[in-house]
Amino acid sequence: MKLTALVAALAASLTSLAAPAQADVTHVAVAANFTEPAKEIAALFKQKTGHEAVLIFGASGAFYTQITHSAPFEVFLSADSERPKMAIDDGFAVPETVFTYAIGKLVLWSRVVDVTSGEAALRAGNFQKLSIANPVAAPYGTAAVETMKALGVYDTLQPKIVQGNSIAQAFQFIDTRNAELGFVALSQLHGVTAGTRWEVPANLFSPIRQDAVLLKTGANSEASKAFLAFLKGPEAKAIIEQFGYALP
Amino acid sequence: MPDDIWVPIKLTIELATISTLALLIVATPLAWWLARSKAWFKEAAAAIVSLPMVLPPTVLGFYLLIALGPDGPGGLIASLWGARTLAFTFTGLVIGSILSSMPFVVQPIRNAFAAVGDRPLEVASTLRASPTRAFWTVALPLASPGLLTGAVLGFAHTVGEFGVILMIGGNIPGRTRVMSTAIFDFVETMRWREANLLAGGMVAFAFVVILAMTLLEKRFTRAGA
Repeated sequence: MKLTALVAALAASLTSLAAPAQADVTHVAVAANFTEPAKEIAALFKQKTGHEAVLIFGASGAFYTQITHSAPFEVFLSADSERPKMAIDDGFAVPETVFTYAIGKLVLWSRVVDVTSGEAALRAGNFQKLSIANPVAAPYGTAAVETMKALGVYDTLQPKIVQGNSIAQAFQFIDTRNAELGFVALSQLHGVTAGTRWEVPANLFSPIRQDAVLLKTGANSEASKAFLAFLKGPEAKAIIEQFGYALP
Repeated sequence: MPDDIWVPIKLTIELATISTLALLIVATPLAWWLARSKAWFKEAAAAIVSLPMVLPPTVLGFYLLIALGPDGPGGLIASLWGARTLAFTFTGLVIGSILSSMPFVVQPIRNAFAAVGDRPLEVASTLRASPTRAFWTVALPLASPGLLTGAVLGFAHTVGEFGVILMIGGNIPGRTRVMSTAIFDFVETMRWREANLLAGGMVAFAFVVILAMTLLEKRFTRAGA
């Protein structure tokens, strides 16, 4: 008798644990440069919808590889438009769900030398190490290389370039002053007053369109779809803009 | 073989060789002291040396990034030749490798010295050998299997080091892009053929190292018995 009661009680508590089915969880792979706004958006998203967005931060290139090997992500916020497109082409994402959630701005930033003159500072070359994100794996790295090429300083600066594995690491190298200057995302300098900066004119590099896409694993997840809808909404847009991105 | 595969291999071998030599020079006296000393803080020192075995490489990488930089001792040393930081340099990688591989070298050498025991040294001293001479002619040869094990493990661990190098290296071809970080790069940029080539080589290398270690150990125990 007692045992049956215990089992019943246990079963009841288990079902109650599983009960809040409406409040769902979605796992979002977020490009490193979008870390801070994503956190704010996820917090607001939880407040408004009750759903929880678990954020995983990293380099878009690494995420793509993980996604092709069935990583447990439902939503992918890439730092470029190429990888979401590839995810669709390779059958890992839901085709009609892709959209541009932010357009990245590139900044030359330093805590050691004065870079407000931008081009002139790069040309003068009064530094030993210039930090960028890996140009093959990270779009902000590609944009940095494009910028230097457009200014005609790439060949002279190349021996001074050090690469971070993601834009977050490129930032770290400059922040610890191991590299005197480097290219980072404007969003990373949100709330940062240290150092000097130069916002790179948008005509020097191809636009960094950051696309989001629903992955096949999330095709039936309410929370995942709700998160993408929320990302398109006015509240998320305000946060995105406030962090130094342009909107499409 | 294309340069972007060959250069990291060459660099890795250079790094591991130099680090192993430096490790033997530093670790042997340290292991000797740990095996023989009666100082009360001895085990605390041993624990500090062993820390990298337990800590994630990111912890070591993080502290190294700061210590090698302009605000740390690394920056001070670098300023001797007009540089600002030891991060992103081959020297920086050697320092990182020495620290992270140290426990793998010290431990077997310490054990070997401990296994030698007091007796052979006492005998040497009754034969009027000075302590230094006894160390070089008695203790060191007797502990040589331990030194060999330490050298092999130190070399192998340096070849396998990834986290620390990723955090302080800056991924410069020919200077800080070693095999482990090159593989990571290839995987990230979807060059899986190259990744496969290097990764497969690493697997073969690790297999040979472990097999060689086991066979060597067997031979030494048999010779000792």
